[in-house]
Amino acid sequence: MQLKFQVQGMDFSRAGQAATKIKKALQLAGMDPATTRKAIIIAYEAEMNIVIHACHGSLTANITPRKVEIIADDEGPGIPDISLAMQEGYSTAPPHIREMGFGAGMGLPNIKKSADELDIRSEVNKGTRLWAVVFNN
Amino acid sequence: MQQYFHSVRLDEEKCRGCTNCIKHCPTEAIRVRKGRARIIEERCIDCGECIRVCPNQAKLAITDSLEKLKDFKYTIALPAPSFYGQFKPEHTPARVLSALLALGFDDVFEVALAAEAVSWAIRHYLEVYPDRPRPLISSACPAVVRLIQVRFPSLLEHIIPIESPMEIAGRMAREQACRKTGLEPGEIGTFFITPCPAKVTEVKQPSEGRSSVDGAISMAVVYGALLKRLEMPVTNPVAPRASGVGIGWGRAGGENEAIKTGSLLAVDGIHSVISVLDEIERGGLTDIDYLEAQACTGGCIGGPLVPQNPFVARVRMGNLVKHHRSREKWAYPRELDYYRLKTPIPARPALTLASDPRVALARLEEAERICAELPGLDCGSCGSPSCRALAEDIVQGYARRSYCIFELRERLQQLAEEMVELAQKQPPAMGRDWKQARDGGGEAD
Repeated sequence: MQLKFQVQGMDFSRAGQAATKIKKALQLAGMDPATTRKAIIIAYEAEMNIVIHACHGSLTANITPRKVEIIADDEGPGIPDISLAMQEGYSTAPPHIREMGFGAGMGLPNIKKSADELDIRSEVNKGTRLWAVVFNN
Repeated sequence: MQQYFHSVRLDEEKCRGCTNCIKHCPTEAIRVRKGRARIIEERCIDCGECIRVCPNQAKLAITDSLEKLKDFKYTIALPAPSFYGQFKPEHTPARVLSALLALGFDDVFEVALAAEAVSWAIRHYLEVYPDRPRPLISSACPAVVRLIQVRFPSLLEHIIPIESPMEIAGRMAREQACRKTGLEPGEIGTFFITPCPAKVTEVKQPSEGRSSVDGAISMAVVYGALLKRLEMPVTNPVAPRASGVGIGWGRAGGENEAIKTGSLLAVDGIHSVISVLDEIERGGLTDIDYLEAQACTGGCIGGPLVPQNPFVARVRMGNLVKHHRSREKWAYPRELDYYRLKTPIPARPALTLASDPRVALARLEEAERICAELPGLDCGSCGSPSCRALAEDIVQGYARRSYCIFELRERLQQLAEEMVELAQKQPPAMGRDWKQARDGGGEAD
């Protein structure tokens, strides 16, 4: 089944809500706790990336008994150097975001750690598409 | 046979079928059916929130009575650290403990004393295992442990594998009594003076093997029986052994104060605990070493079976922590294995829509569809805590669409409108003329 949520840039009051709904769905679907955990981490970090960096976007979860697919699509500044963004601690988040406790440069590295398959495509000044899969064992 | 023991029960006579409890249950474990609340056994974590919110006192906690002391040759009271905060300052821990003896116990062993040893074990564990997932979560509050089993199974590996102070107190008390009396372990009865139903459940159905504690008696019951004896002269003086460090465990933040190492976070109140666990589950708070989490607001002094106002108890606990000093240097076991949980805590996934993921997913899709159509008022009149929960109940066959009174009303309205419409439609043969003709009028002249 598919769950799709719209995510608004800079809307910190609602940040994380889409990931929470995905979590609830995975739990109801009886996915393995380890699968659920990895998928939540990916969904949450991807959602936060849209909130922090992009104008707006969407977060989609495709759930089957075999796997969970998380897709984050956004319109925004894009990522100029993806391999640099994948490094722990690297962040382009401005100081006021860091003061809120976000933008520690762990988002993409955490996603990478949790995903069984990951693909990120980005175009500067257009947007980013993140696709990640977690297999359910 | 009953799969799970629960301390929290329903008094059918008193329950009026209102929806207060279903709205407050953190695991959505209650439904109202046929005018009575029903507790879903697999989901209940015995936190006692429903006991607190029920306006009719229809929710109660099953605890042991003082009668059970008769089953043993030698009995030991294990007062929870929060117990000390229930009494006036002149009723010092020493007097409270001797009054427990006057009540019929042969000995007392302070859980606060065991808490000091457990504080050492936790501190030691944090230092020895820096590579275990962070934050590690306290195992002391049984309602939080069961909350994790039911709602956060992926965080089970975060629970520190160290026994709770109550379990350690039971073990130490029995060992000590065996040495002192020469009795067999089975002849000795250990009784926890409990602030909450969750501890009763932990005693009756521990997450592993058998509890070292033989019974749990409600703090409110013991309190009532003790007040009279506190006014009598002390016949059997007891020297308290626990210090403020252990006593502090009875209120929120006290556990962390006793551990004193690394970066520590304390959270109390079941709904606040849930929001912190949510944060940990999505990969947050890894900079925290240890999480003290207590289901009751204020910690154990806020327990559902505690007689004293928690704010008064907090002040009294604070004074005890500051001023109460132990006279002895206590040599508790200094090896981690003594405190270690022997088996991992199992998951209790009670929130899935079906055991087969394929069926569960199909039901989830159906529930999403139904939920979108329901009014979204979360009124609870259907007996489920929210529209969402009703949709989940419907797809599992536990509820029907007609349980929603708004949908029912809408359907009745439609039906009524159709009836009015039908009533207005007359066959041509049934016009006014026909009636007049029947009444013998007909065309005059």
